Amino acid sequence: MELRAHIPPGPLAQKWDNHRFASGLVSPANRRKFKIIVVGTGLAGASAAATLAEQGYQVSAFCIQDSPRRAHSIAAQGGINAAKNYQNDGDSVLRLFHDTIKGGDFRSREANVYRLAQISNGIIDQCVAQGVPFAREYGGTLANRSFGGAQVSRTFYARGQTGQQLLFGAYGALSRQIKTGRLTMMTRREMLELVVIDGCARGIVTRNLINGDLENHPADAVILATGGYGNAYFLSTNARASNATAILRAWKAGAGFANPCFVQIHPTCIPAQGTYQSKLTLMSESLRNDGRIWIPKIVGDRRDPASIPENERDYYLEEKYPRFGNLVPQDVASRNTKEHCDAGKGVGETGLGVYLDFSSAIERDGAAVILKKYGNLLQMYEKITTRDPLQEPMMIAPAVHYTMGGMWVDYNLMTTIPGLFAIGECNFSDHGANRLGASALMQGLADGYFIIGTSIAHYLSTTPLDYVTPQHVGFLEAQMKCHDRTQRLLHNNNRITGKKVTVDTIHRELGRLLWEHCGITRNRIGLEQALTRLPDLREAFWSQVCVPGTGNELNQSLERAGRVADFLECAEIMVRDALTRVESCGCHLREESRTAEHEAKRDDDHYAHVSVWEYRGEEEPPIMHKEPLLFENINLSQRSYT
Amino acid sequence: MQTIDLTLQIWRQKNSDAPGDFETYTLKNISTAMSFLEMLDLLNENLTLQGQEPVAFDHDCREGICGMCGAMVNGIAHGPQSETTLCQLHMRHFNSGDTLVIEPFRSRAFPVKRDLVIDRSALDRIIQAGGYISINTGGAPEANTIAIPSPTAELAMDAAACIGCGACVASCPNGAAMLFTGARISQLSLLPQGQPERKERALAMVMAMDKEGFGNCSNERECEAVCPKAISIRHIARMNREYLSASFLGE
Repeated sequence: MELRAHIPPGPLAQKWDNHRFASGLVSPANRRKFKIIVVGTGLAGASAAATLAEQGYQVSAFCIQDSPRRAHSIAAQGGINAAKNYQNDGDSVLRLFHDTIKGGDFRSREANVYRLAQISNGIIDQCVAQGVPFAREYGGTLANRSFGGAQVSRTFYARGQTGQQLLFGAYGALSRQIKTGRLTMMTRREMLELVVIDGCARGIVTRNLINGDLENHPADAVILATGGYGNAYFLSTNARASNATAILRAWKAGAGFANPCFVQIHPTCIPAQGTYQSKLTLMSESLRNDGRIWIPKIVGDRRDPASIPENERDYYLEEKYPRFGNLVPQDVASRNTKEHCDAGKGVGETGLGVYLDFSSAIERDGAAVILKKYGNLLQMYEKITTRDPLQEPMMIAPAVHYTMGGMWVDYNLMTTIPGLFAIGECNFSDHGANRLGASALMQGLADGYFIIGTSIAHYLSTTPLDYVTPQHVGFLEAQMKCHDRTQRLLHNNNRITGKKVTVDTIHRELGRLLWEHCGITRNRIGLEQALTRLPDLREAFWSQVCVPGTGNELNQSLERAGRVADFLECAEIMVRDALTRVESCGCHLREESRTAEHEAKRDDDHYAHVSVWEYRGEEEPPIMHKEPLLFENINLSQRSYT
Repeated sequence: MQTIDLTLQIWRQKNSDAPGDFETYTLKNISTAMSFLEMLDLLNENLTLQGQEPVAFDHDCREGICGMCGAMVNGIAHGPQSETTLCQLHMRHFNSGDTLVIEPFRSRAFPVKRDLVIDRSALDRIIQAGGYISINTGGAPEANTIAIPSPTAELAMDAAACIGCGACVASCPNGAAMLFTGARISQLSLLPQGQPERKERALAMVMAMDKEGFGNCSNERECEAVCPKAISIRHIARMNREYLSASFLGE
């Protein structure tokens, strides 16, 4: 596997310009001759599909839901960053670049991140023109708020529904292209196979989720915008249908999987209430601006929080990190919380939470001020838990939220398979080992609106491609694989004897295993244990899992089973990657790599690289390749918050 | 942990062409902290292990924003709690011994695909008719050249909060999609960016709505009552004004 990042020459600020000038073009009249497939219709997918159709290509977009408007980008609450410097507080493209690289703990590419910062401003212009109702100042100009990891106010927002509003903007653009006939929207379709012919990505096989038909879709280029793999942990803030199937198929077809172990764990989610829990709900991290995190000092103290006196409370973040207090970065907050819960100091029925207490802020500013700042979040919390955070402390817990790892892509966002591109969360490119708040929306839209068009034109203008039909042997073989797999998933159903388990039972177990050994803190022994237990779990899955119904109808159990089978394989790459990265960086702490103060210690001498995993067949373990990361414009510094 | 036992009468239908009917299930030991969909998960786990086919239902984000979930619970879209999607409805709002009748959102324009799963693509086609501002990527002016008074932006945001779940249609005695359509027309007609296409948009979207077989508003306000995002019927009034001025005043 050859990893050529194709970083353009020239000074950092000129690279994107140089690249666009050096890239090939397809003339407007010729674009209609090319067919592009976009898988996924979140911010990245919808914006890419709409933009390419506007440019004149024939585009087919696919989504798993009943409408492209439902992709999980919709759930993003906080906002979207841009280097507009509207607040005149010292922001600039260079500063956004700097913050993003540093926030990612120096594990992303300089050139990609700089381009992201350059493009950020155009995204806001585009979204405003589409009618996205961003928050405004009284004078009518756009409002901003501040977010973690930055000392400037550069986040644009639409109440707590920024993702929803940006997605509706992109969905509008997509809908407009559907009306023109240049864009074909295929809903309730799941990509089950990538078709590679003569070394190039030439289409996909999908399952029609309504009638079970396997459908062949040839194209000249395939763009994956299928999001992250956080649902491997079973419990996460992801939507239930979010899955890793598309990227896993691409991986098996020859695309490199970069930094699979980089998973973001968000510190402020509502704790799981019981074993039946199906997902976790995020509470915006902005709450830590006014809430104080604490636990009872005495292990097993079950008293009502109000009756625990001040001197018996452990404000562990304020104590340990006096400079930053409750506003330490997400990873530090999550890690300390988990350590205390593991030691039995957690609160709530399940012992998995800690208190986030607004009483000091209420005493200082009054309840009205707190309610105005966080009203919708406090209501949402009350709806789920029936507890009023103004009367008693909230309970929060860390939860899997975002995956920085994903398909390895070059500067063009092309994977190691020519003609296969990956955009948005499903690539690895911009967030390094940790993503800053309000940066995911920025990256998804940058990739879709402003980058992928250049890449597609360059690829199509420089690559000779033969015409392929849906009957090409490559498609027939891929379809056969899908068919066999479906039959394999269904075969236990007819078995009369032996143990039967449901898909969710195995998935929960996988989640627990990953959370325990490949979560916030990791060590060699735990990871090796996980690696030996995964094949057993896979074996249990294939021999015991019970999937009712047939393959030629709407069958949600079958859909879930297919996804969990892929999570089981995805988990193995994650664990293998975590095992080889013997350094603490970004979101995770490797216990073998700590400073004298027991804090995370990054190891730039040995790990300043992207780990890229190559699939070598069912019998062989995958191998890892390295793309070294060079920092020419930024000084590598160790993070310290104590 | 508190638990309840329920009797569930659920609409079962194999596919669009097959006839459907209610099946009765008894479900015990439901934790009151569960969400409604987690209760259905539990039922489905039991059915699966008993060798029966689980109940198909749509859902995705499970935090009330994607608009994918929804069913009629005892005749009310998304169940008895106001401003709440089905995924955010918790079992603590029910009592042990209750019987719940669960059926799909019903409307001529929403054919049932299986059990509680329906086809709402008619709503997408209304948007495709004109529910957007026609601007190509890259052609946008500097964002702050368009000043929008904060109250106007807030009003547009109230309308834009619609999640497209279809509860309004299912609750309307006329099967109207006017709250849905009105919300989008309203949002875009309030904003300066939406002015150039204002008339064509109103005409095209209303025409698409009629073509899909949705009914008309007769001010029952059922839609507003069940809307999980509290979208006001004022947006229907605004849509009607937009439509009337576009059709009578023309150019």
